[in-house]
Amino acid sequence: MKSFWALLHRDVTLAIREGGAIGTALGFFLVVVSLMPLGLGPDLNLLSRIAAGILWIALLLAALLSLNRIFEADHEDGTLDVLATGPLPLELVTAAKSLAHWVTTGIPLAIMAPVLGILLNLDLAAYPILVATTLVGTPAVSFLGAIGAALTMKTRRGGLLLALIVLPLYVPTLIFGISAVSAGAGPTGLAASFLILAAISLVTIVLGPLAAAAALKVHLQ
Amino acid sequence: MQLIAEDLAIDRGARRVIDGLSFAVKAGEALLLTGANGAGKTTLLRTLAGYIRPFRGRVRLEGGDDELTVAEQAHVVGHTNAVKLSLSVAENAAFWNAYLDSGEDAELRVGTALRHFGLEDLSEFPAAYLSAGQKRRLGLARLLVARRPVWLLDEPTASLDTASSERLVAAVNDHTNSGGLAVIATHLPLALERARTLNLAAQKVPA
Repeated sequence: MKSFWALLHRDVTLAIREGGAIGTALGFFLVVVSLMPLGLGPDLNLLSRIAAGILWIALLLAALLSLNRIFEADHEDGTLDVLATGPLPLELVTAAKSLAHWVTTGIPLAIMAPVLGILLNLDLAAYPILVATTLVGTPAVSFLGAIGAALTMKTRRGGLLLALIVLPLYVPTLIFGISAVSAGAGPTGLAASFLILAAISLVTIVLGPLAAAAALKVHLQ
Repeated sequence: MQLIAEDLAIDRGARRVIDGLSFAVKAGEALLLTGANGAGKTTLLRTLAGYIRPFRGRVRLEGGDDELTVAEQAHVVGHTNAVKLSLSVAENAAFWNAYLDSGEDAELRVGTALRHFGLEDLSEFPAAYLSAGQKRRLGLARLLVARRPVWLLDEPTASLDTASSERLVAAVNDHTNSGGLAVIATHLPLALERARTLNLAAQKVPA
């Protein structure tokens, strides 16, 4: 277990020191969301009706930007070979690295989402729900993304391929994330959507590392 | 303890790189792999480490821990150094200690490893500012931060100066003297105490 924390700690330290991935993701999130009112015009009712959808889609795209580095950097400098000889099974290596991605990308994006909600005239009552759904939904983004990152690790300029693999997998998260926020006005739909969103995240936390580790085993050959 | 390869046949792409190779490396012994570029030194080392599944034959460690794979009892140093540029020298070594060895006597081991490879004065330095040879030494320091009986080294002297090569030879000699074993792919002759040479072009082990 100590190896798991050592790896998690190292990945978080690296992400903070190198800074690029977090900064790019947050900057991209900000730019995409702030372009929306400019494109759609100053119709506040329209904006507040589609705010949840815009925030979630922009969040997914922003998270995509940093996914490809999850394994690529470790593969390039040979770290992955050594990690594979460690006491941790490869499944836990991928889990630690996905978790680190969530801590360094998912959480900052989830915290930034309500700030950007102001730009879209998001309903005040929806703010706490937005934070809760983004926090609960983003683990699925990181753990599913790790599968795509592991599959495209060795492909040059694999970023677009990664998006093609991963974005369809994000559909359930997107649907239930948006419906939880939109249902926030009425009490009935909220609990159901929110619980399904949490279930999706829990399932991906279990299955994502298994699939990513299987992909890495093929690459290590 | 001995590392045994039985009747190995290894394919890379569509090419049979190694065919019908058998050898055993006993504890306290080092095996030097030689051969021209493309003779299959790296392939063989990666097979011993378990990254590549051989087409035929198998690799086992007799007298090791049966619960663990060969890879989990081996240090593998390949062409790359597994050094993170934005961590300091000491942080790199401490991470590998915590990851590979669960951090027992962490400071002592990390200190000894860095001292052996002459990196103690650079320990607070970010690895990004190291020269190629210094990065190589930091990569090799991993051998000493965690204790493992099998060392699989691929061209370990690449970009090392003479003094550093001697430090590496001393580390390997210490390792074999204390009951470890090593398989080293190299083009340069290394002044090892108890070493046999396996020329992959000829694929014969002198007794």
